Amino acid sequence: MTKRPVRFYQVGSFAVGNRLLSDEERTVQSDPDRTNSIDSGHRACQGCGEALGARYALDAAMRATNNQLVAVNATGCLEVFSTPYPETSWRIPWLHSLFGNAPAVATGVAAALRVKGQSEVRVVSQGGDGGTVDIGFGCLSGMFERNDDVLYICYDNEGYMNTGVQRSGATPPAARTATTDVVGPQPGNTFGQGKDLPRIAMAHDVAYVATATVADLHDLEAKVERAMAFRGARYLHVLVPCPLGWGSAANETIHVARLAKETGMFPVFEAEYGVVTSVSKIRHQTPVEEYLKLQKRFAHLFGKNPRPEIVAHLQELANRNIARYGLIDREETPAARHASTSEEPA
Amino acid sequence: MFQVRIHGRGGQGVVTAAEILSVAAFDEGRQAQAFPSFGSERTGAPVVSFCRIDDREIRTREPVMAPDAVIVQDVTLINQVDLFSGLSPVGYVLINTSRTFEELGLADLFSRFPRPHLVTCPATEIALASFGRPLPNAALLGAFAALTRQVTLSALQTAIRDHFAGAVGERNAEAASAAFDTVTIYQEELARAAAN
Amino acid sequence: MLQQIEGSRAVAETVALCRPEVVCAYPISPQTHIIEAVGVMVKEGRLSPCEFINVESEFAAMSVAIGASATGARAYTATASQGLLYMMEAVYNAAGLGLPIVMTLANRAIGAPINIWNDHSDAMAVRDSGWIQLFAETNQEAADLHVQAFRLAEELSVPVMVCMDGFILTHAVEGVDLLDQASVDRFLPPYEPRQVLDPEHPVSIGAMVGPEAFPEVRYLAHLRQLDALHRIPAIAEEFLTATGRQSGGLVHSYRTEDADTIVVAMGSVLGTIKDAVDIRREAGERIGVLGITSFRPFPARAVRQALSGASQIVVLEKAFSIGHGGVLATDVAMALQGTNCIIREVVAGLGGRPITRQSLVALFYKAAQGELGALLFLDLDMDVVDREVERMKANRRSGPSAENVLRDLGVTRGEGALS
Repeated sequence: MTKRPVRFYQVGSFAVGNRLLSDEERTVQSDPDRTNSIDSGHRACQGCGEALGARYALDAAMRATNNQLVAVNATGCLEVFSTPYPETSWRIPWLHSLFGNAPAVATGVAAALRVKGQSEVRVVSQGGDGGTVDIGFGCLSGMFERNDDVLYICYDNEGYMNTGVQRSGATPPAARTATTDVVGPQPGNTFGQGKDLPRIAMAHDVAYVATATVADLHDLEAKVERAMAFRGARYLHVLVPCPLGWGSAANETIHVARLAKETGMFPVFEAEYGVVTSVSKIRHQTPVEEYLKLQKRFAHLFGKNPRPEIVAHLQELANRNIARYGLIDREETPAARHASTSEEPA
Repeated sequence: MFQVRIHGRGGQGVVTAAEILSVAAFDEGRQAQAFPSFGSERTGAPVVSFCRIDDREIRTREPVMAPDAVIVQDVTLINQVDLFSGLSPVGYVLINTSRTFEELGLADLFSRFPRPHLVTCPATEIALASFGRPLPNAALLGAFAALTRQVTLSALQTAIRDHFAGAVGERNAEAASAAFDTVTIYQEELARAAAN
Repeated sequence: MLQQIEGSRAVAETVALCRPEVVCAYPISPQTHIIEAVGVMVKEGRLSPCEFINVESEFAAMSVAIGASATGARAYTATASQGLLYMMEAVYNAAGLGLPIVMTLANRAIGAPINIWNDHSDAMAVRDSGWIQLFAETNQEAADLHVQAFRLAEELSVPVMVCMDGFILTHAVEGVDLLDQASVDRFLPPYEPRQVLDPEHPVSIGAMVGPEAFPEVRYLAHLRQLDALHRIPAIAEEFLTATGRQSGGLVHSYRTEDADTIVVAMGSVLGTIKDAVDIRREAGERIGVLGITSFRPFPARAVRQALSGASQIVVLEKAFSIGHGGVLATDVAMALQGTNCIIREVVAGLGGRPITRQSLVALFYKAAQGELGALLFLDLDMDVVDREVERMKANRRSGPSAENVLRDLGVTRGEGALS
């Protein structure tokens, strides 16, 4: 690994800077000789969480596979911003077929590699939340149950951002999208709907399921590396804020992602063979308001006509996550104690 | 061209019967075409299969509309299906039953088709005696060979042994032989009766 | 070796001889026997190396084939009817990506009303997808076409669909001379992909193309099909030399030399038509048949040449474009532009309605008398249609027409099997 001298400054995060780590623990991205699977010059928006997440995930996968990687991409933002022919940001073999079939295409790639005796070449299939939890769900479930040797990465920005911010099965309740507008008595997306894909993936008993956010990129890399240690179907669900769709500031992407985790809105954990093996604890439990207020898609809950009951409902959902995954150590935090007594454990 | 229509119920092996018959004819150097009535019928529903045998290339793909022989695997179809529709005036009828045409209420067939072409054969009983299972296919085909002489018994037995491996094939081949003999004797009796 | 064998089985055996490396399977009648048989061969180890993948839908089947083909593997699948429509998006995608996948289409009607029997509606639904579509007349040809299909597909980087009539061919047991491994290996070299996902030479496949280049990319796909118009007969010729068998090619003529009337058709019905033509010939009528093997690319020049001597063309097809008429007939009419040929469209065999020799003989007789209209539905019971039209006029809530028609006919499925 090539080391580059880094200036020491406080980033205001809980992340441990690379310079404090031993060489082997440093991030892939800290290495100037990293692979650059997605090269610069692509057309993602400022502050795009997906571009960031994909870059870290794929370079980590490249390192884990000794650069023997093939990527399959569902239709979506990542596909569009990375490859307007003849330009391409991909410095790895990359195939885009359709919106709903990336897991199945990856199955085909993996099968071809197996039949050709190239088992050292590994396959990553990736898509946004629409391509994953909605239109690609059938193919994804099929790939899971056949246990094909594919790591599927969902970059979840909680909506169809490529087509102009419409609701997906991963859009949170109350969120404004173009198809869940903030009109009528129940503004934004409906409560009681949506799909929790990490748990559905676990129900398939696949070797490895993990969630991550772009707030903790070291954690994301570690999970990709862990995923590549397994053969068979694996699933990684990465929360990637979308400044455009969420109405958050482009320079707040990391912050917003961190609050998603610290509020309990987005639980970060790992599971092997259907059993949770580790959770990323909440370091400073934060009320959901602090997360919501940074995003215009939730602006209708605040301001002139606030909707505290809806905010409270969202807090309940966060509390349920906290209880389900034990995101807060009970004896330490009164809030967690409250959460675990008021909610059914998972 | 000699055209056969086989009536039975889903699960009784009508398709297999047509196929085995076609293989027997093929093995004797003839052209043959076997095909089912292409249904989505479930076990127990009335089904039909067809077999054509010829010395020339068989090009037609229409269902057998005017058979030269009708084989009825399941006698309960008599009142349910128009079994003898389109059957040639010199056609053959072979019914799997231990009863007679009269007992089945089918005596009118005597006036429509040549008497020696009408045969009932207790194929299920023969199968039960041969291998203990009520699968009349092989026996019926043996009876068919005796009745129509379109295939030889030995070609039929080879096709049966090809289709059912090992001891099962052997027992089925025996059932075919037993039915062949039964029908042959029956026809001889008919001929004697006619002569008298 | 000549064998008395089920059509599906013959195709499966031949596909196996082509050494496919990835086979994806999803059950749908009437192609299921093919994929089942291939599955057994893979599981037994008779077909190796090969990955046999049971997928969760036809959409996945074609998608897996896309991934495998783009990774340099020879990929095969089979489908029919609704299955083809369910994978439609991926069917277009495979062609757009130029992936030489071979697929058997066991032709079957498309619902509603749901119908598992044979016609050509499914193949017609994807005629513009960029796949080469070859129609088999017999099981022998169906088997042989698969070997030629892999060769053609891989030479041109175009997917090829081998169409064989569902049930009528797939489930028919008849004599088929199966090739041996050595002959197929001589005829079909290993797959050399034009583009491949390879970590040593990374490429991006399937990215967006805007208006500045899309027409050219599309035209290149058209050019490859035009190429196929030369390669299809050349490959058939080579196949003839290698095996002594006439299979494939663009078109086949039968007794057309001096024909006034030529019947044009595709698939297994050609056999019954030939029998009917022989009967009309014996009656002194000058009638012949043109079988079209290559529907896409459409061999307009060969069709025009083959039909040039006739004054009347009867296009008999097992599909039609609702609200318009014949699909094949439209293509034939295009090929005959500027000639004085009269074209008669006959739609027959929809949803498995048997096309009988008797009906064909009567049809050809009428054609010879000059009594055929522009568009005829063979053996259509207009009384039944009229009565349903009356019911619909009489009663707003007349209910599902399909049910009404069957009630009118008094048909139950068991009796229906005979008709």
